[in-house]
Amino acid sequence: MEDKIVVKNLNLYFDTLAVLRSINLNIKANEILSIIGPANSGKTSFLRTLNRLNDLIPTARITGEVLLDGLDIYKKDLSLPWLRRKVGMVFALPVPLPRSIFENIVYGPRLNGVTNKLRLEELTEKTLKAAFLWDEVKDRLHTSGTKLSGGQQQRLCIARTLALEPEVILLDEPCSGLDPLSTSKIEEALYELKKQYTIVLVTNNTKQAARVGDNVAFFLMGDLIEYGSTEQIFTVPSDKRTEDYITGRFG
Amino acid sequence: MKSRENLIQFGLLITALSTIVIHLLIALFIFQEGLPIILRVGINEFVCGTHWSPQQGQFGIFPMIVGTAWITAGAILVSLPLSLSCAIYLSEFSTPKVRGTIKPIIELLAGIPSVVYGFMGMVILFPMIRNHLGGAGPSILSASIILGIMILPTITSIAIDSLQAVPYSYREGSLSLGATRWQTIRMAILPAAKSGILSGIILGIGRAVGETMAVIMISGNSVIIPNSLFDPARTLTANIALEMNYAVGDHRQALFATGIVLFITIMILNIIANVLSRRGVEK
Amino acid sequence: MLKPILLEKLVKKILFVGTAITVFILFFIIFYILKNGLAVIDMEFLLSSPKDLGRAGGIFPCIVGTIVLSLIAILIATPLGVGAAIYLTEYTRKGRLISIIRFFTECLSGIPSIIFGLFGFVLFVVYLGFGWSILSGGLTTAFMLLPTIIRTSEEAIKAVPDYYREVSLSLGGTKWQTIVKVVLPSALPGIATGIILGIARSIEETAVVIFTAGSVLHLPTSLFDSCRTMSVHFYILAREGISMENAYGTAAVLIITILLINMFAYWLMHRLIAKYS
Ligand SMILES: Nc1ncnc2c1ncn2[C@@H]1O[C@H](COP(=O)(O)OP(=O)(O)OP(=O)(O)O)[C@@H](O)[C@H]1O
Ligand SMILES: [Mg+2]
Repeated sequence: MEDKIVVKNLNLYFDTLAVLRSINLNIKANEILSIIGPANSGKTSFLRTLNRLNDLIPTARITGEVLLDGLDIYKKDLSLPWLRRKVGMVFALPVPLPRSIFENIVYGPRLNGVTNKLRLEELTEKTLKAAFLWDEVKDRLHTSGTKLSGGQQQRLCIARTLALEPEVILLDEPCSGLDPLSTSKIEEALYELKKQYTIVLVTNNTKQAARVGDNVAFFLMGDLIEYGSTEQIFTVPSDKRTEDYITGRFG
Repeated sequence: MKSRENLIQFGLLITALSTIVIHLLIALFIFQEGLPIILRVGINEFVCGTHWSPQQGQFGIFPMIVGTAWITAGAILVSLPLSLSCAIYLSEFSTPKVRGTIKPIIELLAGIPSVVYGFMGMVILFPMIRNHLGGAGPSILSASIILGIMILPTITSIAIDSLQAVPYSYREGSLSLGATRWQTIRMAILPAAKSGILSGIILGIGRAVGETMAVIMISGNSVIIPNSLFDPARTLTANIALEMNYAVGDHRQALFATGIVLFITIMILNIIANVLSRRGVEK
Repeated sequence: MLKPILLEKLVKKILFVGTAITVFILFFIIFYILKNGLAVIDMEFLLSSPKDLGRAGGIFPCIVGTIVLSLIAILIATPLGVGAAIYLTEYTRKGRLISIIRFFTECLSGIPSIIFGLFGFVLFVVYLGFGWSILSGGLTTAFMLLPTIIRTSEEAIKAVPDYYREVSLSLGGTKWQTIVKVVLPSALPGIATGIILGIARSIEETAVVIFTAGSVLHLPTSLFDSCRTMSVHFYILAREGISMENAYGTAAVLIITILLINMFAYWLMHRLIAKYS
């Protein structure tokens, strides 16, 4: 399969703190890459370099290259809105904007200039169905998105990202605050989604990585320790530290 | 898209610069109108001269400077006991709920129009002073009392904020060493909040120096160098406000020159307050 | 030498008395003005023109003058102030320019109104030829309100959580789209509070208005007309002893207006606090 994203020798610093060190990683199209690792190992920071959200942090400094379909996303005058529509992101904490479910979904498309009411309604239905939320909210699309349960909010956020019609979806521990039922719904959605999208999933839950990931990358204190197929990582990890982590001996 | 964003950013920068532009324009106009007469009369003669009779071409504003100083000092003396009591009581001895109720009430004092304060001085203070202390009423004393009340909210509110900004650990540390609340306040909290409180007091002084309408109504406005609390006095602000509507020529310039003195005084106070409050933050 | 515990009790009592006196002064002023003024206020007083310099009749032209002048001031100060607040919070990180702008904004808020009055008089009344007019008064008052509006808007914008901005940007929003669609709507109650306090401030202002809008007692018909605001009217009635009764009436109208405005601002602010905590 071809590489959707190529990360070459990526370093990220906050002030003088090196948060990511010489990361080299290829992310293949139409696969789910899970990223695992203990707290503070730089997983979130890595995701945020892929859609350039770290640009918001004044102290952040980046060296190296990130190529999306061969294009360097850190090149000068690259349009950030364009990049972020191609590379959608779902945050660890679900943050519906303080407006209705419908308005949350069409927020991105509207900013991109889509005004046709019918088109927006279609998009809402399609993305909510893909996020397995449609049946639960189809009768109250115009009530506030903040009134949904945590699991529903997170699926709303996934649907909202899908509405951008992105090519890559970044998910940062999307199930961290959720019950098992919501979690399995989201996993089911991810499984369907990878047919169309490239997915990078950060997760604290190694079992989840084993369940849904095609490949796994293990981060530790800013280093990429090991990368391989899910099967290989979870049966014959080549690094001692990976083994310790997935068998729960630290972290 | 990009250029539109840049255009917007530029527009916003312009609005952000507006305060600087206005400030400089104020300085420009006041100095342009007032500076010539100061140069002609001589700075020394203008600031230290004791005779103000514009018709005779005598422009000395020393009596107004003394009047402003007296009234401001009096106002601070009236204000400090009350405002510091309020601030310490509300910050250190009351519950957050009481603080949340009383603080906005005290800040409401700042919302009462200054003409109403002046009026209260006329109808409440004058008779009281006449009946109990003698004298006519319009005096440094009445102006100090009313101005002292007017600057209460400024000082109180900044002092409360400074006290609240002192880390909680200071209180715990001192109390755990067996100090009483008051000892803690005196030895640990007040020293830590000192810069902030001082900057509040300086801003209060600025308010008092700059107040106009209330002062005109209650200070008597005579151009004399006062030598007791019961004497009437005229402030710099009153000098401008009282004579502006009929002043022409040199006389008008001299009023603008009074404005220059006032402007510089306020700028100095502002800079001191700014430095103090920044020092409070850094700690 | 007192025992520390007794001393503390004594100090607490003294501080309490100080606080009580302050609160008492406030209520006394409000009570006193309302007690003497409420009896004067009726529809007639609010809606008719003054007669005989204000000795008889109502204060209708002053109410109109006050409203129009405040409106102009707010309409000019709000876009400038909110724009500046957006720039200071969203577009710049710490820097030299920002500290200079902050410093001047602080200083501007300390400048006495009489100086604003002098400045407005030279610039608008004389130099630009607007004469003593509502326009000159409104413009000068706008400048005076600017620091307050900048400061309150800045605080309201800073209180909007960062994750809203990140969400909007991650959904392909530009910076400006994010500000307009997410940041400003969330900051609105706080910004509105600042604007409302600005209105209160412009209503009570007297020195600036006398110098720039004059004090002609008639119903203004254009922006280039002079007008007499309620505060100025009250000042003239009281100082020149024209009519104590009508002075009390005017003061009561002023105090009630300002109380209502402050209460409304307080309520709005609490809604903002409730929303984010
Ligand atoms: N805005 C920031 N400024 C400075 N340092 C930061 C910032 N954000 C993150 N860091 C630091 O970067 C390091 C990596 O953080 P990151 O959030 O990427 O870890 P993580 O692997 O996602 O952890 P978790 O599993 O807890 O989410 C941490 O040491 C963190 O303190
Ligand atoms: Mg994380």
